[in-house]
Amino acid sequence: MSFKNTFNNYNWDTLEKEIYAISTEDVATVLKKEKISLDNFKTLISPAAKPFIEQMAQRSNAITKKRFGNTIQMYIPMYLSNECQNICTYCGFSMTNKIPRKTLTDAEILKEVEHIKSLGYDHILLVTGEANKTVGVSYIKHAIDLIRSHFSNISIEIQPLDQDEYETLISSGLYAVLVYQETYHKATYKIHHPKGKKSNFDYRLDTPDRLGKAGIHKIGIGALFGLEDWRVDSFYTALHLKYLQKTYWKTKYSISFPRLRPHQGGLEPKVEMTDTDLVQLICAYRLLDEDVELSMSTRESEIFRNHCIHLGITSISAESKTNPGGYTAEPESLEQFEISDERSTAEIKTMIESQGYEVVWKDWSNNWE
Amino acid sequence: MRDTLKIADKTFNSRLFTGTGKFSSSKKMKDAILASKSELVTVALKRVDIENESDDLLVHLNEDHINLLPNTSGVRTAKEAVFASQLAREALKTNWIKLEIHPDPKYLLPDPIETLKAAEELVKLGFVVMPYIHADPVLCKRLEDVGVQCVMPLGAPIGSNKGIKTLEFLEIIIEQSNVPVIVDAGIGAPSHAAFSMELGADAVLVNTAIAVSQNPIEMGIAFKKAVEAGRIAYKAKLAPIKNHAEASSPLTSFLNN
Repeated sequence: MSFKNTFNNYNWDTLEKEIYAISTEDVATVLKKEKISLDNFKTLISPAAKPFIEQMAQRSNAITKKRFGNTIQMYIPMYLSNECQNICTYCGFSMTNKIPRKTLTDAEILKEVEHIKSLGYDHILLVTGEANKTVGVSYIKHAIDLIRSHFSNISIEIQPLDQDEYETLISSGLYAVLVYQETYHKATYKIHHPKGKKSNFDYRLDTPDRLGKAGIHKIGIGALFGLEDWRVDSFYTALHLKYLQKTYWKTKYSISFPRLRPHQGGLEPKVEMTDTDLVQLICAYRLLDEDVELSMSTRESEIFRNHCIHLGITSISAESKTNPGGYTAEPESLEQFEISDERSTAEIKTMIESQGYEVVWKDWSNNWE
Repeated sequence: MRDTLKIADKTFNSRLFTGTGKFSSSKKMKDAILASKSELVTVALKRVDIENESDDLLVHLNEDHINLLPNTSGVRTAKEAVFASQLAREALKTNWIKLEIHPDPKYLLPDPIETLKAAEELVKLGFVVMPYIHADPVLCKRLEDVGVQCVMPLGAPIGSNKGIKTLEFLEIIIEQSNVPVIVDAGIGAPSHAAFSMELGADAVLVNTAIAVSQNPIEMGIAFKKAVEAGRIAYKAKLAPIKNHAEASSPLTSFLNN
């Protein structure tokens, strides 16, 4: 059994019809409920819920404060490599982009670490493309071993792995894995991932299952907005979340909301997601689940990020570079996408504190296990 | 005579224990804790850099009357809890530990089996163990048997602010316990704290309700007063609740004739 079984019980087109048929009255009824079910979530992400956005935001704010307090967790990505053997139509690292590739050496990694530590970070996210010969499991394991003493909390966003490979990395001190399905629309997925290991939809879909079985502390899931209708993709993400929470109850979960950003060889979004849509979605997730972590990257604009911390977001990154060596070692290498909010970590810290929130750098300890 | 609470080698004037999470700044946390007069303050090991003396949170708690109570939040097994406790003892120079083992990161519900295992080992290692547990009377007795210095049953899921939802079981625990009973988790309002004290709890631990309040300092004071009022009421013995009116025509008065 895996999520695939649950997934196969749903049909994209039927869901889409249901979501777009929801009425204002349906939304009003759902918002009177204390507990929001997965079915209710569908109502809250519908176009009909848009007029209720302020009410949803107020409720999301209150629930988030109760569970997470007046705090925002800080993290930063460190790109280790932009080598990739996949074709992903929307990604700067796609192998069709004929540009020089870069994978960091030990010395370069440590140089980047020194810079990142000087900014104050203690939670780090390691990112690579998918190139098994250069940045396979042994490279990732080596990188974790190399930086472990510098960070309390290490996450990765790399190619999907097998269960035993995850177990190896967990025993080296890996805390979390982020693996986004990109889209739950199987046909559209095939169009955007025509070549490479990533073209296997089912293997990717069951990656969180393999992580759960491996006993990972946290799994981050999500869809890439712009490829397909964000509402249906978000329903599937929520379905995935609820399935995982029930099945792997010792694991924590986080959701991210990446919207397509410009990059070299870029793709225009098929379906636009407005700022209002994104706020609606963030609040809907919080109403569905009080405990799930909601994460916001520097893909979003300054204004949006200034306000999002009141809406249910619990962790944010700052000053991110999306190219390997971007902080110090090789600033000119190919980036995955252009970030939008370019403010420094210190500026983001000031922004958060000025809104009455405490910035949390450390919320884990990796030396107990 | 002052109504103090003794746990292991320490005597507390305040029966309000507090936490350090969820505040909007370390300064606000400190001010609220000082206002509450709390003398035992729990701090999550995962949140502090215990080897760094200038850790922001620890610096703010450096007051003579405040005893630090490190907690093991984040560990999932007895083995991890024991290891974390040892690190805490070494770095923070205290053998007190709030034992929290919740493998479930969603509701943070304590694992009774791992908790009992860890408590037994930690007591042997010389720790003053304060275990966070379900309001399970049998588990409380089992923990007492292995030598914990108090028990900390939950009133409701942690952070829920729902009040005393485990009333029936808390009453049994309080009735049977030979060690102090501290109601931990779920207390969302001063009235919940007062109610716990009226029941005969020896102390309460409050975090979210103070930290997330619009005015944590005033809320700290409110909890202080509520805990004191509840304690006085408990000692003064509440008048009994009458469920039925007394019959004006007794059925058994003929026996006296």
